[in-house]
Amino acid sequence: MASSIIQRIGAATSFDTNNNYFHRRSFSGRQSSFVVVRSDGANITTRLKPNGGRTHHLVTNAVATKPHTSAASKPGHEILLFDALREGLEEEMDRDPRVCIMGEDVGHYGGSYKVTKGLAPKYGDLRVLDTPIAENAFTGMGIGAAMTGLRPIIEGMNMGFLLLAFNQISNNCGMLHYTSGGQFKIPVVIRGPGGVGRQLGAEHSQRLESYFQSIPGIQMVACSTPYNAKGLMKAAIRSDNPVILFEHVLLYNLKETIPDEEYVLNLEEAEMVRPGQHVTILTYSRMRYHVMQAAKTLVNKGYDPEVIDIRSLKPFDLHTIGNSVKKTHRVLIVEECMRTGGIGASLTAAINENFHDYLDAPIVCLSSQDVPTPYAGTLEEWTVVQPPQIVAAVEQLCQ
Amino acid sequence: MSMLWLTRSRTSGGNFIKKIICTSLTLSSCQVTAASSFSSLLSNISSNGKEATFAFRYSYSCSTTSAAFRRYTSTKAKKQILSVKDDDDNDDGDSALEENRAMDFPGGEITYTTEMKFLPGSSEKRVQCYRVLDEDGYLISSNMSELVSKDVALKVYSGMVTLNTMDKFFYEAQRQGRLSFYLTSFGEEAINFGSAAALSSEDIVLAQYREPGILLWRGFTVQDFASQCFGNNEGHGKGRQMPIHYGSKKLNFITLSSPLATQLPQAVGMAYSLKMDKKDSCVVAFFGDGSASEGDFHAALNFAAVMDAPVVFICRNNGWAISTPVTEQFRSDGIVVKGQGYGIPSIRVDGNDALAVYHVVRSAREIAIREQRPILIEAMTYRVSHHSTSDDSTKYRSVDEIEHWKTTHSPITRLRKWAETKGWWSDTEELELHVEAKKQVKDAIDEAEKKEMPPLRDMFTDVYDELPSTLVEQETVLRETIQRHPQDFPKDIPM
Repeated sequence: MASSIIQRIGAATSFDTNNNYFHRRSFSGRQSSFVVVRSDGANITTRLKPNGGRTHHLVTNAVATKPHTSAASKPGHEILLFDALREGLEEEMDRDPRVCIMGEDVGHYGGSYKVTKGLAPKYGDLRVLDTPIAENAFTGMGIGAAMTGLRPIIEGMNMGFLLLAFNQISNNCGMLHYTSGGQFKIPVVIRGPGGVGRQLGAEHSQRLESYFQSIPGIQMVACSTPYNAKGLMKAAIRSDNPVILFEHVLLYNLKETIPDEEYVLNLEEAEMVRPGQHVTILTYSRMRYHVMQAAKTLVNKGYDPEVIDIRSLKPFDLHTIGNSVKKTHRVLIVEECMRTGGIGASLTAAINENFHDYLDAPIVCLSSQDVPTPYAGTLEEWTVVQPPQIVAAVEQLCQ
Repeated sequence: MSMLWLTRSRTSGGNFIKKIICTSLTLSSCQVTAASSFSSLLSNISSNGKEATFAFRYSYSCSTTSAAFRRYTSTKAKKQILSVKDDDDNDDGDSALEENRAMDFPGGEITYTTEMKFLPGSSEKRVQCYRVLDEDGYLISSNMSELVSKDVALKVYSGMVTLNTMDKFFYEAQRQGRLSFYLTSFGEEAINFGSAAALSSEDIVLAQYREPGILLWRGFTVQDFASQCFGNNEGHGKGRQMPIHYGSKKLNFITLSSPLATQLPQAVGMAYSLKMDKKDSCVVAFFGDGSASEGDFHAALNFAAVMDAPVVFICRNNGWAISTPVTEQFRSDGIVVKGQGYGIPSIRVDGNDALAVYHVVRSAREIAIREQRPILIEAMTYRVSHHSTSDDSTKYRSVDEIEHWKTTHSPITRLRKWAETKGWWSDTEELELHVEAKKQVKDAIDEAEKKEMPPLRDMFTDVYDELPSTLVEQETVLRETIQRHPQDFPKDIPM
């Protein structure tokens, strides 16, 4: 068994590819230095984990707030999340001429959420390609282009529409590297807005991460802040594996100050949002903000929750999660997926299997109900996990 | 008869005149279906009416000029024109008055008519197919210039015989239980090698599954085929795909994927990639008559046309999709007419005539690359094979029908007869070829069977670019299980 434990501890380093940039910055004030590890061409990459990770002020609600002036003395620039994604795209397109974008209305319209705004005039109609409406076809097109050396970014206007592309994503994107014996690689990035928005109706409120998580050969990440949106976008583009980047419809206007220097995040890493002692709360995407709101209430009530934004949905960062579980012994998962077969379900199974001995209580998973998302505002609000439920669950867990 | 469509718009105080010229040009005995529709014509005229830019498209007909079709911003809807006042160029008299009334819709001007007429679902006569050799191997048209050299012709012929032999023996091997599955290409050898010979080695090929001849032509050995089918460690695919799902990056042949028609949008993507790199090659995508019912087919053709992608789509219309005959697959006149629906020049060819296939594919390739546009070819043939080893086609078609096509219309026999008339082939060489092919195939099967299977580690590699810890864990667990219960696992897996 010894060999498998070492494998797990070594989990973090085994993902670092030769061209991985790694940058961690701490706003905690204790450490004002930042580390950039550049491993272009070198075989060894090092991972550094400053104590406590990146502590950030508590975000008290889900929409953008004016950022507090942090203790960090490094200048940065304020940016909205959709713009951070665009910045990441632009930097990568400048850096590598093989990067191209395809999707509906991504060119002159700039994308339905303006993520690709301004890129078509800059890079031309061919590199930022408007396609006819056939998701399976343009996803297949992206896969073909990737096999011949390009690095396409395929945008689904809404993640839900990518269900039409499931055949290409599952049977070809995830498989062709394997079935061809490693001859053809498919470095695509498939991205788009998903999740429950503001009364968009059932078909526009899909959580596709549940459906895609089983596909072998792909990686899935979910961004939640402008900082990690840009970093994950860049990492996804540089990865040689097909990566699905999940954005959330409600988070595009979040504002944050991000560094001016170039940085790329690690695709397989989770983010420590708030270190704590009593309970580990695992979440991602929009639910992060509901959790942080609940955390404020919990802190007032005397609890000390540790909040981790798992970011990497496939594979899970069991290293970070495991360390947290070993510390707190209690786990609450807060997700937007439906109860059956969601990310939370897989995560519960993974933690139970790997860290069973460290748990003092069964894992609690808060998710949406197994219903299509209703349109009526009140109903929609209650299909999604709300902060009071999170507070109640923590109180229950910590009894 | 091929049609030349030319339109010209002229401003004159805001009025527009359209003139349509039809001419007939003959191109040997081939017929090119023109891609033509008024909606594909556009004129972009600035608001003050002074400047006029012309966008026109004409069908390809062996001429050397090329049609330029540029992307542009959407046209703004203009005022509806009700009548024409001055009409200098009009020499058609009163009837022109009717034709010249035009309405300006997004996508281009359309003249209207007061006569209600439905376009027929199909024309009375079927689209003819291009053919060079008759059944006895004689050139039909005496003015056909020398198409292929002796070397190319004999390479095509021996390739066809090798493929045929390989198919026979591999099929038998499956029946004997040595292979789990196989799929033959009997009757379609001419499409395989006629097209393979017409392409350059730089052209990327996305096949469906009845085109192994392309690989044979490009240098994939019979041994390579056997290795892939047996799934041993010598194969390019590391034993991961089922038999006949070949692939070779070196030979520009994309690994086959089972779901039908998925390769068609991918072909467009590859052509898009070639466009970006401005390469002097095209993409060739093969598919069958049944696959043309898949959504991917339609979307891919549409995309290719919109994006001016240099893809040559080749449909092997062999009459059957497992047990579904073409009469139950579509109602149109085959696949060739569908090209017109997407704005793609198309042609129908006798798929059992290797020389005709060669000529058509070579021309199509030239057009695709020079004009940066897609072409659709429908090669008519007959599926002599059962669909695969999992099928017994005598259940849904008569044995006589199969025999008839196997003997009377055999593409191999036809080409051989032609080669013999030219004095390039004789019975002795025929015997030699068959003996050689048989030996090659038998040896390949025997060798492949003996070779080692891929190691256990290869079950987990290549899922991602690097082995992630989750898979390392799963491999460890599997190895431990095998160690604990060795009697329950096959002995011949290299660990």
